[in-house]
Amino acid sequence: MPQKSIRQALNEALAQEMRRDPTVVVIGEDVAGGAATEGQRDAYGGVLGVTKGLFAEFGEARVIDTPITESAIMGAAAGAAVTGLRPVAELMFSDFFGVCFDQIFNQAAKFRYMFGGKAKTPLVIRTMIGAGRSAAAQHSQSPYHIFTSVPGLKCVVPSNAYDAKGLLIQAIRDDDPVIFCEHKLMYDLRTEVPDEPYTIPFGEANIVRDGDDVTVVALSRMVHYAGEAADILAKEGIECELIDPRTTSPLDEDTILESVERTGRLVIVDEATPRCSIATDIAALVADKAFAALKAPVRRVTAPHTPVPFAPSLEKLYIPSPERIAAAVREVHGYAG
Amino acid sequence: MSAGVAAITMPKWGLTMTEGTVVGWLKQQGQRFAEGEEILEIETPKITNVVEAPSGGTLRRIVAQAGATLPIGALLAVVAADEVPEAEIDAFVAGFAVVEPSAGQEAEAEGVKPRDIEVAGRRLRYLELGEAGGVPVLLVHGFGADLNTWMFTQPALAAGRRVVALDLPGHGGSAKEVGAGDVESLIDAAEGALGPLGLERVHLVGHSMGGAIAASLALRRPEHVASLTLIASAGLGPEINASFIDGFVRMARRREAVEVIGLLVHDPALVSRAMVEDVLRYKRIDGVSAALAKIAEAWFPSGRQSLDLTGRIAELAMPVQVMWGRDDRILPVAHAEALANRLPVHILDAAGHLPHMEKAGEVNRLIEQFIGSVSERVGT
Repeated sequence: MPQKSIRQALNEALAQEMRRDPTVVVIGEDVAGGAATEGQRDAYGGVLGVTKGLFAEFGEARVIDTPITESAIMGAAAGAAVTGLRPVAELMFSDFFGVCFDQIFNQAAKFRYMFGGKAKTPLVIRTMIGAGRSAAAQHSQSPYHIFTSVPGLKCVVPSNAYDAKGLLIQAIRDDDPVIFCEHKLMYDLRTEVPDEPYTIPFGEANIVRDGDDVTVVALSRMVHYAGEAADILAKEGIECELIDPRTTSPLDEDTILESVERTGRLVIVDEATPRCSIATDIAALVADKAFAALKAPVRRVTAPHTPVPFAPSLEKLYIPSPERIAAAVREVHGYAG
Repeated sequence: MSAGVAAITMPKWGLTMTEGTVVGWLKQQGQRFAEGEEILEIETPKITNVVEAPSGGTLRRIVAQAGATLPIGALLAVVAADEVPEAEIDAFVAGFAVVEPSAGQEAEAEGVKPRDIEVAGRRLRYLELGEAGGVPVLLVHGFGADLNTWMFTQPALAAGRRVVALDLPGHGGSAKEVGAGDVESLIDAAEGALGPLGLERVHLVGHSMGGAIAASLALRRPEHVASLTLIASAGLGPEINASFIDGFVRMARRREAVEVIGLLVHDPALVSRAMVEDVLRYKRIDGVSAALAKIAEAWFPSGRQSLDLTGRIAELAMPVQVMWGRDDRILPVAHAEALANRLPVHILDAAGHLPHMEKAGEVNRLIEQFIGSVSERVGT
């Protein structure tokens, strides 16, 4: 099977769905690369090349390059979705959600409910998350927990190219608004991806590795750091069961709870800040529904409650590391009560 | 290397296996065994399988303990006669080097990749092992499976003959469009594949629905079929586990898949997570569930098999053998027992619907012996 990067997998998902369904459109800043400027359109295909080739194949009626105005992009996309299109809107950096949150939080997320179930809003918002490129405090955050907290929104956080393609196609075919969070350091990460279109259901966690000692739940890029930690720990005789929820809303609670019921120990790894976060949410879930199974306190490995630092040395300390994850696992594994 | 000292190494089963995990040892250190006895269990990308002794001897040294995950070719144990001194065993272990695949071997491995043919405008995938020599073998998988179901069978049969495993329409890497999906169309596909695969005459081996396809093909074109091996075959009675078929068509999530796939085997604990994941990855592809629904509707309408070949067994002009797992929960073992007075029938203990995976060594031996006896009889 061919190896593809996350970038290629996303591009393939978009192109295949646009071919299959003429109501699928793409809208956002630079998605066709440099509208109203000199030179070749679509030269790069978005700031990270994910939409490359779509403009040439589908034209400007379906690949809509917009001015820098997130509120208009999301407003237009939400309106298009509720009136019959399936827009894939791009919010270049998730940090920018603040300027278009009414359209997402108060409009798109509420249409189905406000219209008594008669309206559907098949909107996908692709957006970049994550620290690690010294892009500073306004371009490095991972606010998926904020989207997750909104009833009416679904939220996807893929960690590999196979999942990215299947989850994006699922998101496009879903009749509710979906926020699709792409980590900016993972676009070149490759794995085997089928050429054919396929879907991965929402709310189904991936069990990345089996283990009986400690359950580790990790999201997005942290899945890979947790995997590195698990490799280190395996040499010490500690076997981690690594769970990638893939979607935070809906959340596959059963897979997490069943694992914790077996291991009795839980570490959650989340690149976002710790207050009101997914890590906190999952800790609460387990305290609520699997308390009797716990043999040790739940440990969260997260960013600190601060903005993302610009200085590379500080940013490195900010992001959870495999060493910090391994230390947390050792702590809960060795906990004697 | 010392004479009479032999290594048991991590085997390679199937295309995707790069490493395996030692589940446990079935013989103790110091224990004697004969050729073919079960030595240890290895967890593979699909199902736990046993390693059988390639020759008799004593298990002098267990090198890889239960739980160890090691690459293909890694030393697992040392076999030697009792009189070989301990020091020689020590030296053997110390001097053992995993054979690094040479450039030539890698190029060869490159060649061992599934390929495509076109049959009636439809892409079909196949995998070929072995080299031209004796009469080739064609392996036909069952409903919802693919050529990887033969991961233990295909390499074992590939000494001195070509062994081709085919993906049926709607399955594995073949096109997911199946037309009517009925009995005739799948037999057409198998027959149509013979020419492009360069298979003039074959030993046909079919499992489950693939058994019914193989038997039908043998009835339709006996001149192409040297022998027929039917493993837990469909078409030999009306009964079938309808909730398995229904569940397989419908399942979309891991939880459902674990339950449904568990029905296939004698011991569901032997099924690896990777096998479940592989089935789910196949099921998620656009068109697969629709294709399987069509096939199921044509082959197994209202929970019964539409194809009944029991009245035509006598017409089969070539040698035929039947194998079945005693604990088959998909197709009842009674279908095999009913044939026992007419055909060689092998009922395998502690096996479910996948005897070729659950009891791979035994099934491989039975096929090899059968094919060998047929070749002797016809003098090829």
